[in-house]
Amino acid sequence: MTDQLTGSSDLAAARDNTGDTAVQQQSAAVPAPAGSGAGATMSMQAALNRALAEILEQDPKALVLGEDVGRLGGVFRITDGLQRRFGADRVLDTPLAESGILGMSVGLAMAGFHPIPEVQFDGFAYPAVNQIITQLARMNYRSRGTLPMPVTLRVPSFGGIRAPEHHGESLEALFAHVPGLLVVSPSSPQEAYHLLKHAAALPDPVIFMEPKSRYWQKGEVIASDGGSPLGSKVVRSGKHVTLIAWGAMVARCLQVAELAAEDGIEVEVLDLRWLKPIDAAGLAASVARTRRAVVVHEAPLTSGLGAEVAALVTERCFDTLRAPVERVTGFDVPYPSGDLEDEYIPNIDRILFGIQRVLEYRRG
Amino acid sequence: MVLVTSTVPELSGDELRRLYRLLTSVRQLDLAAVAWQRQGIIPGYAPELGQEAAQVGSAFAMDTSRDFIFPTYREMGAALTLGVDMVEYMATHKASWHGGLYDPVTTRLAPIQAVVGGSVLHAVGWAHGQRLAAAPASGRPADEMPADGLPAALTYFGDGASSQGDIHEAMNFAAVLKAPVVFFVQNNGWAISLPTSAQVAGGTVAARAAGYGMKALTVDGNDVTAVVRATREALAHARAGLGPVLIEAMTYRRGPHSTSDDPGRYRTLEDERRDAGADPVALLAEQLLSAGHADQDFLDAAHADAVAAAEVVRLGVQELKPRPGAEMFEFVFAETTQQLTDQASAWRKESEHD
Repeated sequence: MTDQLTGSSDLAAARDNTGDTAVQQQSAAVPAPAGSGAGATMSMQAALNRALAEILEQDPKALVLGEDVGRLGGVFRITDGLQRRFGADRVLDTPLAESGILGMSVGLAMAGFHPIPEVQFDGFAYPAVNQIITQLARMNYRSRGTLPMPVTLRVPSFGGIRAPEHHGESLEALFAHVPGLLVVSPSSPQEAYHLLKHAAALPDPVIFMEPKSRYWQKGEVIASDGGSPLGSKVVRSGKHVTLIAWGAMVARCLQVAELAAEDGIEVEVLDLRWLKPIDAAGLAASVARTRRAVVVHEAPLTSGLGAEVAALVTERCFDTLRAPVERVTGFDVPYPSGDLEDEYIPNIDRILFGIQRVLEYRRG
Repeated sequence: MVLVTSTVPELSGDELRRLYRLLTSVRQLDLAAVAWQRQGIIPGYAPELGQEAAQVGSAFAMDTSRDFIFPTYREMGAALTLGVDMVEYMATHKASWHGGLYDPVTTRLAPIQAVVGGSVLHAVGWAHGQRLAAAPASGRPADEMPADGLPAALTYFGDGASSQGDIHEAMNFAAVLKAPVVFFVQNNGWAISLPTSAQVAGGTVAARAAGYGMKALTVDGNDVTAVVRATREALAHARAGLGPVLIEAMTYRRGPHSTSDDPGRYRTLEDERRDAGADPVALLAEQLLSAGHADQDFLDAAHADAVAAAEVVRLGVQELKPRPGAEMFEFVFAETTQQLTDQASAWRKESEHD
């Protein structure tokens, strides 16, 4: 797939559209030494970069590979400085072919390595889908457990940066549907750091969906304490309704919760984190308290992961639910150009309307 | 860019006799497997009649103490040559387990691959891994090879698979990385119903190697000695860190694509007689006899042993019980999930009345 952007304009696009001027310092190395215990404020880009550096440092079998990940440091600079530090063998610039990157990762895993491939943008995963679905996800099964696939595929994901076509897509439902794949999406620098380190240590393939619109947003990263890397996380407590989201939508839902609070509505925000497997127990626990649920995602409505969430909630909370589970999502249209992006991605108003619908719902 | 094999030693009489035993074993097992399908012992099979020399010869050259071989779904001859348990291999055709029941790690044969061209990139990744392992973080450049050379990957594919994009990506990656890979193309003339003339622009797959700056060899795929020597030469090149090699073994798929196929719809018996070339088993028999390496008694004994061995495999295949249903859930992940555990217990409860 052709990348219509140069590396620098990708960066510019990301910066322009996230409004974070602190991005200028994005290539600064690790703000705090590992294991210092103290939290450090850093962007998600820096947190991911730090996690990768520590993985490469601690796991001699770990390898980073992909397009422009070495010399350039990746178009989003997630792998910035890693090749200089760990050498071109462990941070490999590959030819421009995503199926090749994934197929090669499968072979490297068969040889005992722990590859961390990157596809440059979510839409660039499409040329690799055959290798991901028929090979990466199947090899452990096909080989009866003798050839496990400890591969973490990093995918800069979702929209929000006014990028060209296929540079902003939401593939979670596609990958979550494939047996043998794990799917996770971090929502903050802290989550990005800990979930990536956890994913890279797993013996199974993980699709790691990084919300690219959040790369330059800063947050505190406490390296010494990530809590449990498993399941979902309540990131704001409330008693009237649960907003369920992942990736970039978590921050938006937190904004919505702030606004709703002004009207006296207490919104609980659940960061789902793992999209496969979904933490059904965590979902149910939250909705059992609030008795109302709105799931928010950027991907199209039909057969989106919101349907799965709604089914799980209904299954477990049917007797106590006060309203049908509401879905606030993208539409069943191709991901539009930047001009229409804000119309497509669930915005604050649409999420508030969703909350209003579940709150005002009356039986019969 | 053509690799010459003249420096590769001629095969010894002992090697030729071993090869004949292997060729004959593969031929008889292959014929038997087609019969088993007709008898209802196995649901389907992909015959390799005519390709015995290409498969046996290439696998014979491999060092299973360190190399790794990536098959398609038509590599019984390679598997047999590598010493894979034939019941565990044939289990794929018994519909026991897609990848076969053999252990890929100990046999050095990757699981049976149903996706056309699907495992060729894996060979490149595996082989690149060998280069990395040979030059660990000590700073030794990966170009500096161990004295006995690198472990190598050999990956099989056909003229049909050569049309797949993954094959291009694999060759380009391998050549850029100088990965120790042998791309072994069995050009058997047909991809199900499509002849090579309608499949391979330019007429040969080997010609494409030049575009990647890759060494290539075209070899008579029906002549097992030529195949062994070509593969040995290719391996020497790859092991020395000089990069991948493409071997195109010209052969002929004498049988149907699979036991469900009807070649009468796309080729005639006359076509087959005209195009099949030498019969690999008969050709080696002639070579053995004319060189005085074997007599008719040896050939007869090899044949009788092969028939008996195929019969032993048949008994083993027939004894394969259906896999326990719980196995469906067992290998999806190395570390299973709660969801899968729940689904497995639901299945057990409803299907096994547990």
